[in-house]
Amino acid sequence: MTRHLLFNLGRSVLVLFVVTFIVFALMYGDGYGIAYSVLGLTATPEAVEAKVVALGLDRPLLTQFGDWLGGAFTGDLGRSFYTGQSVSEALSTRVPVTLSVVIPTLVLTAVISVLLGVTAAVRGGVVDRVVQVISVGGTAVPSFIVAIALVFTFAIRWRFFPATGYTKLSDSPTAWLASVALPMVALLIGAVASAAQQFRTAVLDTIGRDYVRTLRARGVRESNIIFGHVLRNAAAPGLTVISLTVFGLLGGAVFIEQVFVLPGMGQLANMSAQISDVPMVMGTVLVMVLIVLVVNFTTDLAINLLNPKARTR
Amino acid sequence: MTDVATTIPLTGDARRSNKSVLRRLVANPQAVICLVWLLGVLLVGALAPWLATSDPNTTFLAETNAGPGTPGHPLGVDSAGRDVLNRLIWGARESAMAVAVVTVVSVALGVSTGLIAGFYRGRFESIAGFITDVVLSMPGIVLLIALYALTGPDVLAAMAVYGVLLAPSYYRLVRSIVLGVRNELYVDAARVVGLSDWRIVGRHVLWAVRAPVIIQSSFVMASGIGIEAGVSFLGLGDPTSSSWGIMLQQSFNSIYNNPILVLWPALVVSITILALILFGNALSDVLQASARSKVLPPRARRRALAAAREALPGPTTEPTPLGSSDDVILSIRDLRIGYPAPDNSVNQVVHGVDLDVRRGEIHGLVGESGSGKSQIAFSTLGILPKEALVVSGHVMLDGEDLLADDTKLAEARGTRIGYVPQEPMTNLDPSFTIGRQLVKGLRAARPMSKADARKRLEELLVSVGITDPDRVMGLYPHEISGGMAQRVLICGAIASQPDIIVADEPTTALDVTVQAEVLEILRNLSLERGMAMILVTHNLGVVADLCDTVSVMKDGLIVESADVEELFSNPREEYTQQLLASSRSVELMEDNDE
Repeated sequence: MTRHLLFNLGRSVLVLFVVTFIVFALMYGDGYGIAYSVLGLTATPEAVEAKVVALGLDRPLLTQFGDWLGGAFTGDLGRSFYTGQSVSEALSTRVPVTLSVVIPTLVLTAVISVLLGVTAAVRGGVVDRVVQVISVGGTAVPSFIVAIALVFTFAIRWRFFPATGYTKLSDSPTAWLASVALPMVALLIGAVASAAQQFRTAVLDTIGRDYVRTLRARGVRESNIIFGHVLRNAAAPGLTVISLTVFGLLGGAVFIEQVFVLPGMGQLANMSAQISDVPMVMGTVLVMVLIVLVVNFTTDLAINLLNPKARTR
Repeated sequence: MTDVATTIPLTGDARRSNKSVLRRLVANPQAVICLVWLLGVLLVGALAPWLATSDPNTTFLAETNAGPGTPGHPLGVDSAGRDVLNRLIWGARESAMAVAVVTVVSVALGVSTGLIAGFYRGRFESIAGFITDVVLSMPGIVLLIALYALTGPDVLAAMAVYGVLLAPSYYRLVRSIVLGVRNELYVDAARVVGLSDWRIVGRHVLWAVRAPVIIQSSFVMASGIGIEAGVSFLGLGDPTSSSWGIMLQQSFNSIYNNPILVLWPALVVSITILALILFGNALSDVLQASARSKVLPPRARRRALAAAREALPGPTTEPTPLGSSDDVILSIRDLRIGYPAPDNSVNQVVHGVDLDVRRGEIHGLVGESGSGKSQIAFSTLGILPKEALVVSGHVMLDGEDLLADDTKLAEARGTRIGYVPQEPMTNLDPSFTIGRQLVKGLRAARPMSKADARKRLEELLVSVGITDPDRVMGLYPHEISGGMAQRVLICGAIASQPDIIVADEPTTALDVTVQAEVLEILRNLSLERGMAMILVTHNLGVVADLCDTVSVMKDGLIVESADVEELFSNPREEYTQQLLASSRSVELMEDNDE
């Protein structure tokens, strides 16, 4: 197992390099374009030339990437082309906002969709059909449209919640909850719709296995089979579903932050991209890729720990 | 699983004619409704210059923020004074183009690389696998946002990038299908005939890949609509365009002034995505799942059973017991089992079977695969697949009808009837040690302490030829051989000292040398413990070796039932004679091979 994990770790690091390099090359490829955007379209060629040199965009791409990477190792991701704010500093205020919405939603999604998915698979019948309908409906409506509908109903019509804005959890827990409640619901609906369906499939797949039939033939009680054996064996595919949910939520958060004007990293990326503040964009890309890789690696580790075949190897 | 009802003939299915697929799609109301909406959107998009009364950006400033139903503006006018219906019509065009770009890019990239990787494998496959990993590690949305810096407000470019990000889903799908098809007989045959690789790909592989790719595409298109809307909503689209996403964004910005505006684009986007998803589901029902049996909901199940019972050939003469009734331990009467057909009628696979097993007797049940013998074995234990329908019949254990009484069946299962499965490796739970599974099974049947159960099982393991039971109990299923797994499963079946064992092809999955040993174990068990046994097999050699009596099955019926000596020396039915003749010629061939 150690060998397998080391191999995976190496692969993850390699992927990290390749992805960041590709994105870096795409974004820093056109130094003059960036300088133009920063200065505005009325800038003189001389001013652009000077800006390119000032921002170091005239250097070879590999040198720039090397510098950026070297800085990244020490936590220095460069500075904003506009405000001069340190990218790491900006991220350190933005990432917690996103996570404070995504992590509670993830926990809720996991609990609700495991309950729904398992009940649908085991019980069948009405619950099963309800889960299927929810899953089609929930995946059909994009999360930001759900968010708009929520703003429309609960914030504008009934004024139950603030429509926009964010309060830190440490400042006021109740105000924080009020500011993240609607964003969380908007994310939750789509996430549960797709995760419950996938849990259902994983459990149904396990119930169809030969050893479940044999356990039944031995006279083992159905509840014991479901809780003792089916769920245990469906845990590995279930973990994969959870990891996919993390990615779905992070992607969804970008839109949700836009609707509710939450100062998270999705909003930072969006704002920075529109003004060609490439160091900021690059910083958010790095954080996102890191999260993806860490989640993938942890999922793989957990699945390996669950699997006796990998454990005893 | 060896049942006809649950096998899925993938390739045969893929070759079904286009005409019948279309006919079945049209018969599916869900598919028709979705298709009408989708074609409507396409048509509106294509005809936008003629359908729209004006340019999307023409302003009617006098009527700014006019509500729906305003004369000349059926859906009203937006906060910039533009006609909403007009913009929706032009938006259909933009959305259709965006979706076309996503689909074309991802299909072109994913399908072609998937075909090559699946067909040639080797280095190309490993490199493509790594690239797939890289692409899947890219944070999709953030990347699209990041590349805005590169492409500017150009939704089609963003859609092309999104297409690249989605290509791995096609790659994986196509590659795995091609790997499957590649190993199938007909491609081998085509190779032998000397067809070139490309003609093989064209003729066979593309056929198999076609349906799944089409189904996948409808889901990709759905996500394309969502992403176009999302990217535009984030403000990355061209603000002068009238795509549905731009409309969403602009109307959301004026949501306090004119809340109703946001409704129209939100509706068309959601309905279009819903139509694509539902159409994809309907397509996959028609193209893929029709050969598979489904679990009927309770009402349809009752109706199907009632109809099937109605069609039965009336109460014939009272079935007569074949053996002396005190001696018979298990007796099956008029057993009929079926599976739901696509039209919710019952497709019978066992057509009224009578069978008697006396105490201590080994009764062979032979027949080709698909003749219904495993179905009979499963029904005695109540472990038929969920979708199976027992149309009629009785399974009498010592005079009690198990089919009529679920609690009796549950009591008998594992305690009085033991089960030895066909495939040893898949019948042990991979997550638990042998010991834990055996102990749990025994204690479910006979309440006793863990220590007692363990002790009894260790003795039994020794009696089936496992010399170090203590060590084996601590192992996981993947750590033991198939032969040993089958011994373990036999122990599991006999530990509760049942009256009868149902063994479903217990040696088929084993090596020849191990087969003989397992048969020997079964014979000894029957002799020593006086256990009766139903031995399901397709191997007449096994029957001759082990059984006292035998029933020959064909197409869900028992065609002949007799003592083993009698059947082998004097087969009455033509089918039995054929079976004997063919098994002899197989034996001759095998002898010549050695």
